[in-house]
Amino acid sequence: MLEALLFMLGIGALCGIVLSLSSKVFYVYEDPRIAQVENNLAGANCGGCGFAGCSAAAEAIVSGKEAPSLCIINSKEGVEAVSRIMGVDAGSAEPPMSYNMCEGGNRAADKYHYMGVSSCKAMAVVFGGKRVCGVGCIGLGDCVKACKFDAVYMGPDGHPVVIDEKCVGCGACQKSCPKDIIEVKTLTEKLMKFNQKHDPLAPCAQTCPAEINIPRYINQLKNGQYKEAVQTIRMRNPLPLACGRVCPHPCENECRRGVEDEPVSINQLKRFVADYEMNSGSRLPITCAPDTGKKVAVIGGGPAGLSCAFFLRRIGHQVDIFEAMPKLGGIIRYGIPEYRLPKKVLDWEIQGILDLGIKAFTHVRFGEDFGLGSLMASGYNAVFMGIGAWKDYALGIEGEDLDGCYKGIDWLQRFSSGQEMKLGKTAAVVGGGNSAIDCVRTLIRLGLEKVYIVYRRTRNEMPANEVEIVAAEEEGIEFVFLAAPTRVIGDDDGKAIGLEYLKMELGEPDASGRRRPVPVEGSETVLDVDMVISAISQAPDPSFKDKDPHTRMDDLELTRWNTIDSDPATLQSSIPYIFTGGDAATGPALVVDAIGGGRRAARSIDLFLKGEAVVPPKDSLQNKRIHESIFTSVEGIRQIKRAKMPELHVDQRLDSMVEVDLVLPEAEAHREADRCLNCCRICYDPDTDFPIAK
Amino acid sequence: MEYFELAIGCIFINNILLAQFLGNCPFLGTSKKMETAVGMSMAVVFVMVMAGIFTWTVDTYLLKGLGVEYLRTVSFILVIASLVQFVEMFLKKSIPGLYAGLGIFLPLITTNCAVMGACLLNISKEYSFMQALAASFFYAIGFGLALILFAGVRERINLARVPKALQDTSIGLVTAGMIALTFTAFKGMV
Repeated sequence: MLEALLFMLGIGALCGIVLSLSSKVFYVYEDPRIAQVENNLAGANCGGCGFAGCSAAAEAIVSGKEAPSLCIINSKEGVEAVSRIMGVDAGSAEPPMSYNMCEGGNRAADKYHYMGVSSCKAMAVVFGGKRVCGVGCIGLGDCVKACKFDAVYMGPDGHPVVIDEKCVGCGACQKSCPKDIIEVKTLTEKLMKFNQKHDPLAPCAQTCPAEINIPRYINQLKNGQYKEAVQTIRMRNPLPLACGRVCPHPCENECRRGVEDEPVSINQLKRFVADYEMNSGSRLPITCAPDTGKKVAVIGGGPAGLSCAFFLRRIGHQVDIFEAMPKLGGIIRYGIPEYRLPKKVLDWEIQGILDLGIKAFTHVRFGEDFGLGSLMASGYNAVFMGIGAWKDYALGIEGEDLDGCYKGIDWLQRFSSGQEMKLGKTAAVVGGGNSAIDCVRTLIRLGLEKVYIVYRRTRNEMPANEVEIVAAEEEGIEFVFLAAPTRVIGDDDGKAIGLEYLKMELGEPDASGRRRPVPVEGSETVLDVDMVISAISQAPDPSFKDKDPHTRMDDLELTRWNTIDSDPATLQSSIPYIFTGGDAATGPALVVDAIGGGRRAARSIDLFLKGEAVVPPKDSLQNKRIHESIFTSVEGIRQIKRAKMPELHVDQRLDSMVEVDLVLPEAEAHREADRCLNCCRICYDPDTDFPIAK
Repeated sequence: MEYFELAIGCIFINNILLAQFLGNCPFLGTSKKMETAVGMSMAVVFVMVMAGIFTWTVDTYLLKGLGVEYLRTVSFILVIASLVQFVEMFLKKSIPGLYAGLGIFLPLITTNCAVMGACLLNISKEYSFMQALAASFFYAIGFGLALILFAGVRERINLARVPKALQDTSIGLVTAGMIALTFTAFKGMV
């Protein structure tokens, strides 16, 4: 017994001595924090984090390659302890979450039946899966099997559903999916995602310049989840109240129901949920990623600037807005009249954006009150220029400077700012766009006896929104089509007393596909008006370039339309740290275009601030259509009339600036949402009264 | 010829996993992916050879010399554990490349029964030093062969439809049994 004891003690001591000696001899310096961090990890060596064991994970954390929350099964206390060792804030890493893109599931038709395969991976090998849809969920649940946390289950519709509370964002499901359906993304990645060619997108979502997930928010509305619907919109559009009122909804032109029936009134549904939030009396919380410590200056507080600022703030950057006018909003405050977008509504919406922690400096004009030099000196890391297009084109005709002649945006802006303006008795507005309509509808409300709109083509070619044209007709505006103004006639005091125009006729189609108007010789006609407003498009005002003393500004290239020259996919200008968007980049366009542009610029700015290459998103769809998703006929549709927009009666609206278009009543909104086919790339829910064979 | 017979015997007939059923834990645990299986096999070769010659030396000169053979098992555990620790430190300092490849597998097989079993078999069969060295190496090769074969099969099983009750480890054990059955065909070859 004694000898055994002695032997074991001896051999134990020997091993101990050899090991301790060799630990001296073979000593490799290792950051002491690695051991400390390892002690605070779960210690299961599970490999869920993607590293081979806990010590490898601890090494990655200490080397700064990974965040303290790397360990996917660590407790909250453990993460905090690791963060303390590393001396960083525990919240500095955004939790990634998995989410499912495809909502088609079982409703997508099968192209073949194949028994005996139990995994998506195996199924995907056979002709890319059994479903007709090339991108959609195969539905055999590889992601469900891959999830170690029971956070994914196969939903009743045959596509996986993620339980957010259980998801730790480990990414196992994404790895297991042979398609790009289930994705693990942080908030920043979700906010900065752009439509890609292989995404499961409905035609409307492909068309929306802001890339809003339209079927999703309509479906949420249908289920009574109004708040969730607003949040879905806010992932892409910070101005749902304004857009819900003024957007000409290009999405509705591509609505799949519209192929066989009237399209779904998408924009009214957006307005319904947006108004629901405003009228509920409280603002929905808007989540932001942790602060990054970078500062961005946004020049111009219009829709593009607000959108860019909103998304930059949400992904954690600090943003200051500089605005030349007394209030934020840009063209949607000063160009769009009160009866279309009440200032009260706009104020409420903009306040919500500023509440995220965005500072706004108003009444400061770029190039005059501050310049590029002062921005750089104040420590801004990047600049967004959303200065809009505020300079009206001139008609270029004789007498344009007479008393009583104005320019569209300038006049609207001065009117909105509350400037005292002399009004005539009769007025002619030249142009066929929305600004022209805004002018005439405002003028008629100001009590003018007769208001003409003078356009050189016909009603069919008018670029203004159809609803606007109809409203103007109802309100008694006189339309003078096929008329090209030739001069403004003045009296002896230099006051305008008439507008002379040549009659036109339509000739061959031009490059834009519209038939070119050709003047009819000797057809001069005079309209007796004492006010002439020309509203024939605008361009950005490039005067800041000359006024800014900073010589670097000379490097900023402009196009021949005076827009800021930029790569349309990244919106980066010729000066790498200046980005642009909205009308300043594209020339006059839609509010929703500016919102999309603001987000696109925010993505590029984010890449720039991270020191990565500013490159366009991969396989970006960029407002093109996915060919296979555009149908020429749609089965299973029953004709159901589209909800009619409630509006103020003509008698009530002419003597005030009260908002004309009203919000849909709740029941009506639900009825309209039910018309939505909840389309995806190629599948959709047909109307239930006409079940079609799958 | 003697070593050839030893090789056939250790790799196929007395395969440490499929005939002696030692080391089933890493057999099931690290056979889900080919990549891991290969890494594990390499680590086993390394550790088993080291442990085989070291324990043979300890047994011949220390235990037999002092007449305390009955302490074989307990002292082998101590010796193998210390040895693996030592090797780990040595590799980390001197051959970091190899350490990066084998590092995480080394601690996993410190007190593995396959390693232990091979060492004890060497002694009980009264092998010479060279024979012990060769046998340890061939046992490890056998281990690697079985593990890699099995990993290949399991990767395929992932693509097949398995009844729910049999999924994962259950079907793994059934498969292991069937492979073991085929290995009985080698019985009596040498």
